[in-house]
Amino acid sequence: MLTTHPPHLSLGYKSTILRSPTQPLMPVRELIRDLSMPVFGQSVLREFDNDLTKNARINGEPIGERIKVAGRVMDDSGRPLPNVLIEIWQANAAGRYVHKAEIHDAPLDPNFLGGGRVLTDSDGRYSFHTIKPGAYPWGNHYNAWRPNHIHFSVIGHQFEHRLVTQMYFPGDPLFDYDPIFQSVPEHARDLMIAKFNMDWTEPEFALAYQFDIVLNGRRQTPFE
Amino acid sequence: MEQLRQTPSQTVGPFFAYGLTAEQYGYPYDSLMNHSLVSPDTPGERIYITGRIVDGNNVSITDALIELWQADPQGQYRTSPIEHNTAAQTDRGFLGFGRMGTGTLPDGQFKFTTLKPGAIGDGSAPHINVLLLMRGALLNLYTRLYFSDEPAANAQDALLNAVAPERRATLLAHREEVNGETRYVFNIHMQGSNETVFFSL
Ligand SMILES: [Fe+3]
Repeated sequence: MLTTHPPHLSLGYKSTILRSPTQPLMPVRELIRDLSMPVFGQSVLREFDNDLTKNARINGEPIGERIKVAGRVMDDSGRPLPNVLIEIWQANAAGRYVHKAEIHDAPLDPNFLGGGRVLTDSDGRYSFHTIKPGAYPWGNHYNAWRPNHIHFSVIGHQFEHRLVTQMYFPGDPLFDYDPIFQSVPEHARDLMIAKFNMDWTEPEFALAYQFDIVLNGRRQTPFE
Repeated sequence: MEQLRQTPSQTVGPFFAYGLTAEQYGYPYDSLMNHSLVSPDTPGERIYITGRIVDGNNVSITDALIELWQADPQGQYRTSPIEHNTAAQTDRGFLGFGRMGTGTLPDGQFKFTTLKPGAIGDGSAPHINVLLLMRGALLNLYTRLYFSDEPAANAQDALLNAVAPERRATLLAHREEVNGETRYVFNIHMQGSNETVFFSL
């Protein structure tokens, strides 16, 4: 099967040039026995961890378009993965991150942090409420803008389940100009784009986007 | 069975700090994992894992994220679930899992507090799994830290022996005693003549 992952070095994304390994990675699959990871229990979560419209309120509601993002986490044989930790972070509706090194001059929102987390349920399902993030400029090249996106960090039951990715929104006009999105092979880019889901949309409240996540499921030894 | 296509990897980017390591950077959000893999009342002698990550120009990288995953001193990986504030209540009080961003200590250093892992079995030397994420890395980078003061065990380690001999030193953390602390210094070189060996699973 063709890999869906980007290469380490992707010349259009300039930060890869001095930061990517120049030597081939060493395959160690046969040399590593079990690398199970501990699962996280529900007690690590707080009430509004999966609701970014509520988890940083100070004196009101955050500004912007309220949305729901939900989906399922599976391994690549289609088995749902329960108790997977998903952490997300994102810019606010104006395209501004709550980060000290951020230089974009769009406004901060006093009622929005942009960080959240959730565990998948017994069917591998998860769900967040948040504010649709705005596009933002970055210094990679002249007039460089990132498409709207939410960052995802996923920790599963095996070491090789670890995935960090970004979720994009359908029809974004910046896809053609973004070297980070473009670093992924063309045949796999659709996997990073959430699908609008009318059935999950909450009337009078929030549009819904579906983002399913498929993790590396290599742990099938010849003995299984 | 039909194989589903894996969700592609993307960079963690430069702005992960308030989502993944908020406490270390002073953002108002609690952290699930931190730079200590032990709780204060875990028995056992502390060791410190320190180092820097340097790019192809030998410049320290100050916006990277490192995660450690290791066995306890008896060579056991944690299997019980991680619950809130339970590092102290679980098997020997050892979490075995830690995370730290660079840029909060001078010169891009990281510094973890942990216990020295035991060997997992024959043909395996004590080691720590190291995962590196950063702006400019489109994929997680996986490597291992071995201990410079375990030469006999290292010589028996199947994975270390599979590494080209001239590159094995890039996986060794060097023991130092500083101010009464036992530190193991593990510098990660992205490129150059000391380029760290990274693995694929
Ligand atoms: Fe971003």
